[in-house]
Amino acid sequence: MALFAAIMVVLGLFPLIELPLVPAPVTAQTLGVMLAGSIVGARRGSLAILVFVVMVAVGLPVLPGGRGGLGVILGPTGGFILAYPVGALVVGLLTERLWRRYNLGWALLCNAVGGALVIYLIGIPYMAVAAGLPLDKAVLGSVVFLPGDLVKTVIGSLAAVAVRKSYPMIEVPRDRA
Amino acid sequence: MLSLHHEARTPVHAVPAGLKLLVLFVVGTGSFFVRSIPVLGGALVAVAGCYALARIPWRMAVRQWLVVLPFVAVIFVVQGLLVDWGSAVLVAERIVVLVALAALVTLTTRTAAMVAAVERLLGPLRRLGVRPERVGLVVAMTIRFVPVLKEQADQVRAAQRARGVEYSARFLTPLLVKTLRLADGLGEALEARGVDEDDSRL
Amino acid sequence: MIELDGVSHWYGQRQVLADLTLSLGERRVGVVGSNGSGKSTFARLLNGLLVPGEGQVRVDGLDTRKQGKAVRRKVGFVFQDPDVQIVMPTVGEDLAFGLKHRGQDKAEIARRVDAALAQYGLAELREHPAHLLSGGQKQLLAIAAVLITEPTHVIFDEPTTLLDLGNRRRIARLIRDMDQQVVVVSHDLDLLADFDRVLVFDRGRVVADGKPDGCIATYQAMHPPL
Repeated sequence: MALFAAIMVVLGLFPLIELPLVPAPVTAQTLGVMLAGSIVGARRGSLAILVFVVMVAVGLPVLPGGRGGLGVILGPTGGFILAYPVGALVVGLLTERLWRRYNLGWALLCNAVGGALVIYLIGIPYMAVAAGLPLDKAVLGSVVFLPGDLVKTVIGSLAAVAVRKSYPMIEVPRDRA
Repeated sequence: MLSLHHEARTPVHAVPAGLKLLVLFVVGTGSFFVRSIPVLGGALVAVAGCYALARIPWRMAVRQWLVVLPFVAVIFVVQGLLVDWGSAVLVAERIVVLVALAALVTLTTRTAAMVAAVERLLGPLRRLGVRPERVGLVVAMTIRFVPVLKEQADQVRAAQRARGVEYSARFLTPLLVKTLRLADGLGEALEARGVDEDDSRL
Repeated sequence: MIELDGVSHWYGQRQVLADLTLSLGERRVGVVGSNGSGKSTFARLLNGLLVPGEGQVRVDGLDTRKQGKAVRRKVGFVFQDPDVQIVMPTVGEDLAFGLKHRGQDKAEIARRVDAALAQYGLAELREHPAHLLSGGQKQLLAIAAVLITEPTHVIFDEPTTLLDLGNRRRIARLIRDMDQQVVVVSHDLDLLADFDRVLVFDRGRVVADGKPDGCIATYQAMHPPL
């Protein structure tokens, strides 16, 4: 758990990909959300990401660019961060359900739903309320994140499938007594 | 890892973390019901007063806000064009008050005190099997492993560069496998150090 | 006293230890063997991190299978890589960690942490972030963090493998001066040279057992130089 929370922080240190056409910074951290859910499963994955959110809330500079603190969470984009653990939970639940026939296709689906869709579903209304914007305008404003999320979904899914091959964690009950 | 906390002895710093969070909650909720530009403007002045009282250096305050300000500007313009300029001012004021106050809480409260407050807030979850007193421990462990993982990430990337792969998102897979190995080792080490079995998967 | 009684262990289908019956009463026991010979598994059996697939391991009469927690309190374990063993961000916090988990009161924890910092020459480093320590300092911290809980036995799994010569000697001196019973798994033959007893592992069996000179010679003979 601590390790996946730490991975989130480390992902924040790397400017993952700079997409030439996208003005908004593409944070690699939603990638961490996908990976946590699809690699260690719903329970442990979402708890790890929750730890990360707690770290943001208590004022540790763990977001990209050394940001953090309650100001970020209560700001207009705070909903996206609060949605991270839920996203990891959904990714994890879907992945666990599809584990036996898990492949790149299913991975893409799990990660797109949990790692992007769920986060939009929570983040956008939050932004609409916080910024007093009509919902459709908030949706429109979030479109800039779409290309980045597409790329991250693909990367996250490739990694999840590869890790499942070399180091499966879900389903295998670990027999460390 | 450095905290965003700014150490100083001022009345604002002295307020208990729980009370600060409560004030933040009340102001946060309240601000959605206030539809008066002067009242929110007053709140803004009050928050600025608190910053002065807490003796927060200018640069530090600005750094905290900088991330929100462009956003507020965009929202202000969009609001103004779509709805009317009155509500644009209102919304902008509200966001600034909220973010500035929240940032102030972060700046004037020690991380340890915040962690303790979070542990208290999560108290009711005890019935669901969550153990809030673990929060501080897990946060500390996470801080410990950030540099370890950063180093591993750098190593993996260096190894790939040595093999002629300049940049590739594929560095994720070896990094994750290394991390999972590390997690296994860590679980073992925690167990060896006397942490109960069901806790050793922190 | 550590006793193994008919101990075998498997990972899946692969047998890693075959029918070991041993009783270790000497103060310093060394274990050598090639990679995959089963010595790391052996080490993990001694403090109940692993329970044997078959047979019984007892530490001072406590069965690792039934009284694992009590055994782990008696038997400290030092890993090869201190980076997995150090779990707290600073030196002082990491030293306090094991004691906190044993429910010691704060004053006692503070007293023992102070004593340990002084004893292992870490006093300047109390607030120092663990990741900025050198390799030797990290291993020293890992060992100090185990010894601070006052175990009666300490198992070392290749404690010097990642260290340079100076730090190896430092750790070797530390092990030599310990009062506890120690079991040291190592490729570092110098480290074991003055031990009371050395076991040589090969493919899950003990193929030599006795004084260091003879056993180390046997081990070296198994791997003739070019």
